[in-house]
Amino acid sequence: MSKTNDDGTIPITVEFSGGLEMLFSNERKLSLAIPAKDETGNGSNIAYLVRHLCDKVMKDPRKELFVLDGTVRPGILVLINEADWELEGEDKYEIQEGDNILFVSTLHGG
Amino acid sequence: MPPNPCASCKTNRALILRPKDHSKLCKGCFIDVFEAEIHHTITANKLFYRGEKIAIGASGGKDSTVLASVLKTLNERYDYGVELILLSIDEGIKGYRDDSLETVKRNAQQYNMPLTILGYDELYGWTMDQVVEQVGKKGNCTYCGVFRRQALDRGAARLGVKHVVTGHNADDVAETVLMNLLRADLPRLSRTTSIVTSTPSASLDPNSHTNIKRSKPLKYAYEKEIVLYAHHKNLDYFSTECIYSPEAFRGSARALIKNLERIRPSAILDVVRSGEDMAKLVPGSDEGCGGACGNAVPAGEEEEGGCGSANGRTAGGDMANMEQHLAQNEAAAENGLEVEITSRHINDTHDSSVPLPAGKKGKKNKGPSSTQRKTTKQVMGQCKRCGYLSSQDICKACVLLEGLNKNRPKNKIEVGYEDGQETEKELNSVTNGLNKLHVEGG
Ligand SMILES: [Zn+2]
Ligand SMILES: [Zn+2]
Repeated sequence: MSKTNDDGTIPITVEFSGGLEMLFSNERKLSLAIPAKDETGNGSNIAYLVRHLCDKVMKDPRKELFVLDGTVRPGILVLINEADWELEGEDKYEIQEGDNILFVSTLHGG
Repeated sequence: MPPNPCASCKTNRALILRPKDHSKLCKGCFIDVFEAEIHHTITANKLFYRGEKIAIGASGGKDSTVLASVLKTLNERYDYGVELILLSIDEGIKGYRDDSLETVKRNAQQYNMPLTILGYDELYGWTMDQVVEQVGKKGNCTYCGVFRRQALDRGAARLGVKHVVTGHNADDVAETVLMNLLRADLPRLSRTTSIVTSTPSASLDPNSHTNIKRSKPLKYAYEKEIVLYAHHKNLDYFSTECIYSPEAFRGSARALIKNLERIRPSAILDVVRSGEDMAKLVPGSDEGCGGACGNAVPAGEEEEGGCGSANGRTAGGDMANMEQHLAQNEAAAENGLEVEITSRHINDTHDSSVPLPAGKKGKKNKGPSSTQRKTTKQVMGQCKRCGYLSSQDICKACVLLEGLNKNRPKNKIEVGYEDGQETEKELNSVTNGLNKLHVEGG
């Protein structure tokens, strides 16, 4: 169970690299407080975080470079506390306090 | 024991799910197996020989940075006895390369490798900014890609290096396999799947850039694992998108590859292996003859398509173009004879008789004269202007340069070389800086 703040949020760290930071005002590391529960009252998971990032954090209009068909765009890796999200349940993974979620694009060149 | 133990050491927590076999590995075991597989690729294909001087085409991006790091590691661990240097190309896009070249400079220090940076202006008399000024933002990636391929060869020749390694990965190869398959271009498919693109010694000048060997040690490495390797090894690499092609990935074959991977991760290597298998069936293919007889078009003519990446992904919209093209061929597709027709066509028009078995050594030293083709497409030759290996009288770079120098905007690569012949003198004057050769290819 994750410990929540008094305002019902949990503190996490979100990182972007591999070029994705360009979609997030060139911020590579964000300290966020996200709601502990999603719209339906369930614990916030990665899918919720991605929606949250799109709606609340991302200023770049090119959302499709981050999200495609309702999930993280193929070619973008997600690491949950350094582990491939595929080992953690992908976007169903329920976010815990202090989690580090890293989004890495493999789509950008050098 | 952690909830997800490593399949190899059984003690550490698994952090990586390998796309090729779904094995779960910890960080240390992943790094070990990734390096071991590159080592296997190098030794199994005999890519290097002791004492060889090798230029790493370095962009500061993830692929070439990982390549440099891994090659340094393996060269020391297994005592390859090769000399590694970094070679970077500056396209001359204001601001675009600044950060990536700074990254390469740091890499040179980190890996203790000498670095040479060459500019398009030095090589072609045009920076990409000047090209864009002339042709506009659309289509300029063609120029960038065509120029880049030759740039590495020319740079290597200047440095007296005969072998250039590039960071092309399995995703890159799978992408070109798909594109060439959809185009039904089997000869080209066979060339692009080849791990070594050996350019025949068509020139008498031993320092000519036509004598440069190209190889792709990361050919079987997933892009995903390259990025993970860079991440877990904390490598210093630079990511960017080509500022001139922001839409580069929309509707691209690359996007298709990534979608396939999401559904079935092994698909990428499956496509690569299938491409190799099909290549063996192509008469006069690289696989059959060691690259000497069927290599009518320099691999670079199709390998490095855009400037969004050092590895020349296809530009956006190519799948849409392909669909349009396929729709036109619908009749042929419907009767299911397309493949047979194509291969018969190849057998009819070319004199190479049998697809040779997997042997890769074959007629290695045969010059282009022994393999002259009847069709324009298959004629092996050299560019009459610059000496670069080309299927046409005038290579793509020279055709593009000709267009630029004639102040003719939006020139496409399909432009016939007849134009080039008409303006031979003019071209001579503009390609003066290039290492010209007038050896007939045929
Ligand atoms: Zn392990
Ligand atoms: Zn030329």
